[in-house]
Amino acid sequence: MKNTELLTIRSGDTGMPYEWSIGKYGSRFFREIREHQRFLGIRCPGCGKVRVPPRRLCGPCFRELDELVELSDTGIITAFSVVNYPFIDPDTGLQRPIPYTYGYIRIDGSDNIFSHIINETDESRIKVGMKVRAVFRKPEEMEGNIRDIRYFEIIR
Amino acid sequence: MARRVAIVGTGQTHHKSHRLDVNGREMIHEAVTRALEDCELTINDVDAIVIGNMDHFESINCVDTWSVEGSGGVMKPILKVSTGGTTGTSVAIAAYYHVASGLFDRVLAIGWEKNSESDTTGAIITCSDPIWDRFSYSGAIPSLATEASAYMKQYGATQKDAARVAVRDRTHALNNPYAQMYNRPISIEDVMESAMLAYPIKLLDVCPRSDGACAVVFAAEEIAGKISPRPAWFKSCAARHTTTWFGDVDYDTGLLSLQRAAREAFDKAGIRSPADDLDVAELYLPYSYAGLKWIEALGFCGPGEGPRFIWDGNTDMGGKIPMNPSGGVISTNCIGATALLRVAEAALQVMGKGGKRQVPDVKNALATGFGGCWWSDVVVLSKDRPS
Repeated sequence: MKNTELLTIRSGDTGMPYEWSIGKYGSRFFREIREHQRFLGIRCPGCGKVRVPPRRLCGPCFRELDELVELSDTGIITAFSVVNYPFIDPDTGLQRPIPYTYGYIRIDGSDNIFSHIINETDESRIKVGMKVRAVFRKPEEMEGNIRDIRYFEIIR
Repeated sequence: MARRVAIVGTGQTHHKSHRLDVNGREMIHEAVTRALEDCELTINDVDAIVIGNMDHFESINCVDTWSVEGSGGVMKPILKVSTGGTTGTSVAIAAYYHVASGLFDRVLAIGWEKNSESDTTGAIITCSDPIWDRFSYSGAIPSLATEASAYMKQYGATQKDAARVAVRDRTHALNNPYAQMYNRPISIEDVMESAMLAYPIKLLDVCPRSDGACAVVFAAEEIAGKISPRPAWFKSCAARHTTTWFGDVDYDTGLLSLQRAAREAFDKAGIRSPADDLDVAELYLPYSYAGLKWIEALGFCGPGEGPRFIWDGNTDMGGKIPMNPSGGVISTNCIGATALLRVAEAALQVMGKGGKRQVPDVKNALATGFGGCWWSDVVVLSKDRPS
């Protein structure tokens, strides 16, 4: 990855001929993870909200954004679910490994929530309000996609 | 000035998990034929058709053209509307717009789905953002489950509270021979002991996957009374779609799209106190916890009061505001038809054609749609012609 490179995501290995543009701020988000192991958000000058991942448009205000905000690698669980049923992942054509915990994390310093996975599948050991920290891939293994964040772990 | 519009006929299939005896077109034809029979019209009387189902579900696209031999759309204007779970209310609202505009007098709205032919979870995953959300998203159930987890934390609601909602809807389905779960009542213990699909949602907390179709005939004010002696007048509607970033939803403020849609539709219809001014509600509640939280967004009770309101029996048949006399979405979910079924069932109640599931003396009936990324539609029907 060069510092100015605009990234795309390829669909899985099953030959789906799709290629999605991440855009310039999303590409910056993944570079920030690789270089500093922290998140990047963006502030809307209209509503003042900081949202992560950074995107170029605020839907409610219908305006363009450009004020990137450096955030940490920690947050709070605002909602979660432990997924127990099998299904085929359309990105890979394979069954997604279960159980896994789908979590909504409010990254510290942001006003919205970020969807990812949490590495705790025992529902008695996970609660809304718990503090979590992102665990990243090693920088040399990063590919510039959402899997560069391996999961969030609960800080106990 | 918009013309007044009424629903004059409805038709639906007998919903099942697998309708191997029909293809999608033939299933649509069953619903259309029943709707036309209900109002004693023929397909030649229909000026235009609005049809919808879920994008990508059966892996059949351009369903508006593909289905014409079943919909009756040969050589007619057809519009396809597909808005995810709200598709059914969207086709109803679009049919209303057609007639209210003055350009069409009789319009047929159709919603359908053949879930047995679809990879439902896979298709729903492809509705989510491919860069950010698809990696962790696993379809409708865990998304709703996260909402439930936040609601339980905020107000102390329990899994048992939610089970009470599932039991209500499945009990009501005893009166509806069209429901997939007809004659299959459940108890709170059954719900609590059913398999945990995605905490805190268990198998019996959530809708089934159904094959089915629904059709509704809309008519202009000048002819509605001639077609039906007791039409269901389309009093008001509203739709609210939010952004589709899953992370931009604020769970703690309630279901915002439904709050806003309800406020607009109720203002237009003169509904000031929903629990008093409405007589029956057919709500798109795809899982039991929605029956606690979303009735708060509609103003039937205050924030956090959903569980008490349900346990007090207010929403049972014979209660203050009966909800889902049909058995609701927990008893039948042919997704593209599901929200149109809410409108059709609300119309049946207003027209006095509810059979065993009829609520006595219905004047005003509510129907809702839910889908997409926390999107909501609201429709109010009335026995009284709008002023």
